[in-house]
Amino acid sequence: MQYSLKMQGIHKHFPGVHALDDVSFDVEAGSVHALVGENGAGKSTLMKLISGSLVPDEGSIEVFGEAVRFRSPAEAQHHGISMIHQELTVVPERSVASNIFLGREPRALGGLFIDYRALNTQAKALLDRLDVRVDPTVPISELSIAQQQMVEVAKALSYNARVIIMDEPTSSLTERETATLFRIIRDLRADGITVIYISHRLEEIFEISDRVTVLRDGRTIRTDATADLDEDTIVSSMVGRTIDTIFPKREVEIGETILHVDGLSGNGFRDVSFSLRKGEILGISGLVGAGRSEMVRGLMGIDPVDGGSIDLFGQPVTTPRVAGMMRRGFAFVPEDRKEEALFLGMSVRDNLVVSLLSRLFRSGLIQYGRLGEVTAQYIDKLRIQTPSQGQLIRNLSGGNQQKVIIARCLALKPSVLILDEPTRGIDVGAKAEIHTIIGDLAAQGVGIIMISSELPEILGVSDRIVVMKEGRVAAQLDRTEATQDLIMQKAATGGGS
Amino acid sequence: MTTTFDLGALFRRFGLLIAIAVLVFGLALLSPQFLAVQNVLNLLLQATVNAIIAAGMTLVILTAGIDLSVGSVLALTAVITADVLQAGVPVVLAVVIGLGAGAVTGLVNGLLITLGRIPPFIATLGMMTLARGLALSYAQGRPITGLPDRFLLVGTSSMLGIPTPIWITAVVYGAGMFVLRRTVLGRYIYAIGNSSRAARFTGIPVRSATVAVYVISGALAALAGMILTARLNSAQPIMGLQYELNAIAAVVVGGAALSGGEGGLGGTFLGALLMAIIANAINILNISPFVAQVLQGSVILAALLLHGLSRRNQ
Repeated sequence: MQYSLKMQGIHKHFPGVHALDDVSFDVEAGSVHALVGENGAGKSTLMKLISGSLVPDEGSIEVFGEAVRFRSPAEAQHHGISMIHQELTVVPERSVASNIFLGREPRALGGLFIDYRALNTQAKALLDRLDVRVDPTVPISELSIAQQQMVEVAKALSYNARVIIMDEPTSSLTERETATLFRIIRDLRADGITVIYISHRLEEIFEISDRVTVLRDGRTIRTDATADLDEDTIVSSMVGRTIDTIFPKREVEIGETILHVDGLSGNGFRDVSFSLRKGEILGISGLVGAGRSEMVRGLMGIDPVDGGSIDLFGQPVTTPRVAGMMRRGFAFVPEDRKEEALFLGMSVRDNLVVSLLSRLFRSGLIQYGRLGEVTAQYIDKLRIQTPSQGQLIRNLSGGNQQKVIIARCLALKPSVLILDEPTRGIDVGAKAEIHTIIGDLAAQGVGIIMISSELPEILGVSDRIVVMKEGRVAAQLDRTEATQDLIMQKAATGGGS
Repeated sequence: MTTTFDLGALFRRFGLLIAIAVLVFGLALLSPQFLAVQNVLNLLLQATVNAIIAAGMTLVILTAGIDLSVGSVLALTAVITADVLQAGVPVVLAVVIGLGAGAVTGLVNGLLITLGRIPPFIATLGMMTLARGLALSYAQGRPITGLPDRFLLVGTSSMLGIPTPIWITAVVYGAGMFVLRRTVLGRYIYAIGNSSRAARFTGIPVRSATVAVYVISGALAALAGMILTARLNSAQPIMGLQYELNAIAAVVVGGAALSGGEGGLGGTFLGALLMAIIANAINILNISPFVAQVLQGSVILAALLLHGLSRRNQ
């Protein structure tokens, strides 16, 4: 058996994280090999090692029997390895052909000018090979996401790729588009090209892959022929526990309605309606770009809204503004911790109390004693790991930074807490602690709105789930009826809208 | 992070102080009159105008802004103050009018930046030209001289043997440090400079805090202008040229980052002091004025290089 890729004993460390721990990964030439694992399991890190964006700390990589050590994506490409990223990297205004041959355009007149005729002919040949009917001369921005993805495959072929890595290629494709992609993957395999296929969608893995490797917490859990596996086996390998134990859902008595949003509209979201009750956890799901973050930013008064109404405790809130919403009992943990929440050059204490200052010190004069007490209380309560209150927050781990942001919100004693991707990019332990905190708050009667792109998290934590698609509410699902498949179906194809 | 002896951290913290100490020691060896009480007081007196402007500039730069208008605002408020004094307005009221005029220019800067969404550099560049033009038109291009003796005391009197402008500077720095360390506004200023986006997301009144620092900067430029006017017994519409650059230099030599959120008034004071020492040394050592600028520029760049190097080791 020939292997297109053999990785042995791979280790990769990041500050505070052992991202890959003795990983081995062998891929048979000319096969479709699926790579699965939860967010943070190490899939992207592994792929970055293969595609030359990162260098392993330890371990060996062989490509078609040749030991390699890539220092750049260009070197990996030279060895026939191409990666198609989840977020496509195209130059929107340039033509399809220019995007395929970006930086390697055929030249005319001694290299001074681009030979557009040759460029388009070569692009056409590649697209024909994939049986993709796209005019190589149109700007790539006029193509659908699915078509752009096909162009990326053509681009990979233009590098004479022997191994193509696809990271969540179907995350924004319709069913029909997915079928076309699968046809192309099968054609590639028939031509002897290896495809490494990363996806969360197990049914796709069973449909397209020959073998599966499961990663969990930076380790290889198993590699088997797909035919020998079933869904349950893969899921339990991925999570190592049953879903109920990772997201211990607490039974909380759900009270009266405290928030009512009706027809809220703004930039990126239209006509969004939902209500929230005391002690309830409302999950908001949807694909990236579905307008979830925009909607909660509008609700918080950070971005302007241009229509709809917000009722809090029966009182209408007109033209919301952040400080006013916080006074009324709202608190918000934003999506992008670094850009939207943290003051990196300031201390843990300053970061924790910043929203509380105006409430605590009406005169404008700070009493540091009070601040110290409040800070100590929340450091203790949320078990924030920091050597001191005065420590710069940039020196804390992601999980502890996030706990400081949550503490900042809790210090406001909110009746509605909005969390946007609260556990993105933090380690498993801190994640579980954050879930516990959210559960405790709900038990205390706080209404919680949580956006998450991680389906198991949404399913495990929420009482009710709002699914958004293209800025609108596509479905509202009860905890008892919601499944990953149902949510994905609503998020991708919409509830009849 | 570490408890071991860290030369880099020591240097970051006290580097400027060490540099000043070395410079003072060297100058004392070169010229015995350098450390004479009279020369030291003179040196401090010379530092006051720049130090006061730089105090306001520090607040502005901490929010990641910049105020290029201070030199022109100094001239505009000086001619206004001098004019109302000559018109017979009582000294205290004239001072209030002058400071108020400075605050108004700051208010306009602040509103252009927050409501008008004009970048600080451009907004205050416009105000720099506008205020200079207003000063020239108001005074019709001529100096206003011959001011009441009571006003001149602002610049020429002494208390406990120390010239009044030095006392005023001390009060400005004391008050400024209090604002930065012990008030909610102070925390907001640092937070905005760290990340204005995060500040907006956390409910900080970004606009009013931003307007506040430009108002303070304008009022302090006016205060500096009064000291200068009182010492010269003359308000000139062309005074204060390039003072904004001296102030910015004092702030960055003092360790503040132009990207905001980092630095403080202690550093700025040392920065202004260092610049005054160099000017004084050039005077005492009879260095040619052409060489003087070379020296001043080199010292500023050296201080910034050291600062940058020590930060890279962080």
